[in-house]
Order: sequence, then structure tokens, then C-alpha cells
Amino acid sequence: MASPPSTLRRRWWHRDPGDVGGNPAGRAARRFVSSEHVGGWAFAAPAAVIIVLFGAVPIVWSIVLSFEQASFSPGGKFVGLANYREMVHDPTVRQAIAHTLEYTALFVPLTMIVGMLLAVAMNRKIRFISLYRTAAYVTMAVSTINEALIFLWLFDPSYGIVNYVASLFGLPQQPFLNSPSQALGVIVVMTVWGWTGFAVIIYLAALQGIPQTVLDAAAMDGARPWATFRRITVPMLSPASLFLAVWLTINALQLFDEVYVSTQGGPVGATTVIVYYIYEQGFQYFNIGYASAIALILLIATLVVTAVQFRAGRRYTHYRS
Amino acid sequence: MTAVPLPQRRPRRFRLRFNPWHLVLAPVSVILVFPFFWMLITSLETQPESLHFPPVLTPHQLRPANYPDAFNAAPFSHFFVNSIVVAVVTVICNLVLCSLAGYAFARMRFFGRTTLFIVLMATLMVPFQVTMIPQFLIEKWLGVHVLASVGINHIGALILPNAATAFGVFFLRQFFKTLPLEYEESARVDGARRLTVLWRIVLPLSLPALATLAALTFLDSWNSFLWPLLVVNSQDGMTLPIGLETFQSAHATQWPLLMAANVMSLVPMLIVFFAAQRYFVRSVAATGLGGA
Repeated sequence: MASPPSTLRRRWWHRDPGDVGGNPAGRAARRFVSSEHVGGWAFAAPAAVIIVLFGAVPIVWSIVLSFEQASFSPGGKFVGLANYREMVHDPTVRQAIAHTLEYTALFVPLTMIVGMLLAVAMNRKIRFISLYRTAAYVTMAVSTINEALIFLWLFDPSYGIVNYVASLFGLPQQPFLNSPSQALGVIVVMTVWGWTGFAVIIYLAALQGIPQTVLDAAAMDGARPWATFRRITVPMLSPASLFLAVWLTINALQLFDEVYVSTQGGPVGATTVIVYYIYEQGFQYFNIGYASAIALILLIATLVVTAVQFRAGRRYTHYRS
Repeated sequence: MTAVPLPQRRPRRFRLRFNPWHLVLAPVSVILVFPFFWMLITSLETQPESLHFPPVLTPHQLRPANYPDAFNAAPFSHFFVNSIVVAVVTVICNLVLCSLAGYAFARMRFFGRTTLFIVLMATLMVPFQVTMIPQFLIEKWLGVHVLASVGINHIGALILPNAATAFGVFFLRQFFKTLPLEYEESARVDGARRLTVLWRIVLPLSLPALATLAALTFLDSWNSFLWPLLVVNSQDGMTLPIGLETFQSAHATQWPLLMAANVMSLVPMLIVFFAAQRYFVRSVAATGLGGA
């Protein structure tokens, strides 16, 4: 049997609409969006290789590692569900999850409230307004380490100025980061400060999208400022609020830097959050199999938050046209 | 005819000569910048005055020598250069690689495009902390078997995993898709190659998006802490956050020295921030509005 003509051997992905004919200009225009396998791959490959190597491969590898007993030296041993069984019975895992949730439950709403109130206050054209705004924005330029060092000093139990201010109100000296019951709260305060600029920017941008006519109409109907804020501003800000809630939650679940610098998970494990425990197991005890199993908790939590975002985004937010 | 009296406003008893919102915003701003202010004061205090309770609000004696002392106590200039090199190279790599890939996904048709795109986007949802252990193993392997300068303890290991990000590819693809096709088509009809079209037509139209991506990447790289903490153990490869943390653990209660080091590491970023504040603000606002 004679081999088929070469045109028939071409696969479907070789199809080039430009081949069909027609006028030359149309053909060129169509060829413009036509198949370019080599070119497309050449353009996409450099970025794709890096993202696959350092993003996709490690996900699969993490899952494989979670079924192994392994350290950084080569040769892991398959142990089935042993890591997961250990995890269920590890009180530190339970504590780490509890601390992470506690931190998230404090940090996310506080940052959003501070951000929204400041943005509403700053959304007006008065003198010095750019100065006021800059005071909030500038917290964005501060790295987590700078931030942690400053607050470590502000909240120093013996010589810190916060304790001094507290003493002016007749409060006794507080141990702050040395106290198991207060340490996480101090970390909440420093991170809320650090994220203020971000939250203010998001809310200010959203506020500028609220049409003045709506506010004017409310004023004509005699709405008081508080009613306008509650009935118009807050609902109109809900897309921004949803975005911030998700973004801040995902970041809160990943809390590490401040803990590492200020408390190293202590005192007596009071600030051991999930990522800190992953770090401890993986890079201090070299139990990378166990650490990978714990890391999957973080992955699942993040995926749940993302899924909630998609659902909530469809149902509860107000959308401008 | 009697003149109808104009309705007269009841004169207010008390009238502020300025907008009352200043009464809210001024104190709030003071609280927000107070941590900076206190850091600066402490960085100029003497050691005994800093360890005094109640705190010394106005130092009796300024000690600017804390700055050279801190600067000489650790190789801060070295950390600084490392941070700059890592941030700048990371930004350049991202702009180049994400533009190429973003353009391919926006405009070109190639076999496996959708699948590849889905794979790349899936990595967006996975936190770095989940994958850091395998990433470490990969870097270690690359350093031993492929190229020493991307291995553990080299700054190449800080650049390579972040040289292209799924976020960057996605962000630029979305932007490129909003550009009108006509310019590119006419250039193609004139026989221009893809790379020429990208370089001459698409990128010049995309400067705002590129600036946004550059600002966000720079901020991320400059402030990155956990990955450098894992990868770099020797002072040669340390960036500023890691160097600062090491300095802190060595000088735990020397607050004036610590705060001086803190100020020095913060000032470069503050300069960049104030110089490009508009861009930073726009970039952050863009990430928010993009999601809404």
C-alpha cells in the first residue's frame, strides 16, 4: 500500500487555517492566530520549566515524602500512613493548629476593621491628607524582620515604652512576649500594624469606586452619616472585603517570620504556629517526611479558603456593572 | 410690600477653624508612625539610657556612633549588596520570562497550551511553605550536580526558584489580552516576527503592567525571609533580613545598636518607596481590584 500523501498524515494540531486560501490579507491575519507550536513552546518554556520545577514538582514530591521516613540525606523509607498516624496523636500539631486559627481569627478581622475605618476617614480631600495617607502606606515598606525588631523593643517587658504608657494608666508591668497568654496577642498587634498600609490601599481604591451620586441620594433622603456608612459604604465595599479576608487569611495561615524573630515558638510553645512547626520538624529535627505530612494540613486549609472565596464571591458580594 | 425675611441660619455656637476630621486623622497618623519614631530615637541613645525605666523620651546625650558601630559589627554592606543583586536580578528575570510566557498564552496557539496553563495556575494555590522542603532538595541537587552557583549557600539559590512566577505569567497574560489586536496584526502582515511584535508593540503598550509586576516582585524579594533562612547559612550569601536577624541574636539587649542596624536596613526601602509611592500604591490596588 502506498503511503498516504503527506498532507493527510498531518495531525489535527497541525491544522493551519491560513492554508485554506482566500484573499492574501485575510490569510495573513488568520495565520497570525494560527498554530505556532515551536514558537509558543519556545516562548513559554523558560518560565514553565522554572514554575514546574519549583512549583508543581514539589507538590507531588511533598505528598510522596509525607508517606516516607526521610531526612536530608538520600534514601527515604516508605512507611505508609505512619506520619499521619503520628500527627493525629501529636499534641503539638493540635496546639499549632489551634494557635494558627486563634491568630487568624484575631488578625484578619482586626486588620480589616482598622483598614476600613482608616480608609473611610482618609477618603476626603482635606489639607495634609496625602501626609495622613502616607503614614498608613509606609507600613507596607517595612519588612517582617524590621517590624518584628521594632515591636520587640516597643513591647520589651522591662524597658519597653508600651509598658511605660500602660503604667501611666495605672496598669502593672506586663510580661508581653514572655507570657504564654500574651505573646500571640503581641504578634497580632505587630502584624496588624504591618498590614495596615495594604488594607488601607485596598479599601481606598474600592471607596473611590463608589459613585458620588449614590451618596448624594442618601444625603438627600436625610440619611445620617452612620446610616450611610452601614447601609451604603460597607455593602459597596464587600468585594474589597472579600478579597482582603481571603488574602489576609491565606497570609495568616502562613505566619512565620515574626514568630521566628520574636519568640521562636515560645514561651512554652504558646506561639508555635503551623509553619513554625513545619520548620522545626523539617529543618531543626530533619524529619522531612513528618514535616511534609504536617505541611499538607496547610495546603488543605488554603484550598478550603480559596474554595470558600469562589462560593462567597458568587453569592454575597455586591458587583458593580 | 414687605420684604420677606430670608431664612437665617442659626449661628453655631462653636465653630472649628479646621476640618474636624483632622482631630481623628492626626492622632491616628502619629500612632502609625510612632514605631518608626521610637526606633530612630533609640538608635541615637546611649546603652545605659536605653536600659532605663521609665524610658528616656529625650536623650540627654545623642550617640550617632551607634550607626558606624552597628555597621562595623556585621558585614551589612555585604548583606545590602546581596539583597540588591537578588532583588534586581529576580525582577529582570520575571519581566523577561513572564512577558514571553504571558504573550505565548495570550496570543499564540500551540499544542498543550491549555494543559500547561492549568498546571502553572494550579501552583498559584499552593503556599510556598508546603513545597519548601522539596524545593530545598531540588536546589541542593542542582548545586551539586548542575551548577554550584545555584546551590545551597549561594545567592543563585535565592534567585532561581523565583525567576519566574505563575502570578507574573497570569498577570501579564491577562493584561496582554486586553490590548487591541490590530497593531500586532498589521505588524505581522508587514512580516514582523513574534519577538519583534512583542518587543516593539506589546511591551511598550504594557508599561503600567510591567511596572506593577516589577514593584511587587521587588517588594517580595527584598522582604523574603523564610527561603533565605533555609538556603543560606554563611554570611557570604546572606541578604539583609537574614543578616539583621543574625545580628539581633548576637546583640540581644543592645537596643541602640539593634535599632541603628534596623534603621540602616529600612532606609533604602523607604527611599525606593517614597520615590515610587504612586507605583507601589497602584500595584497593591491593582491586586485588589483584579480580584473583585
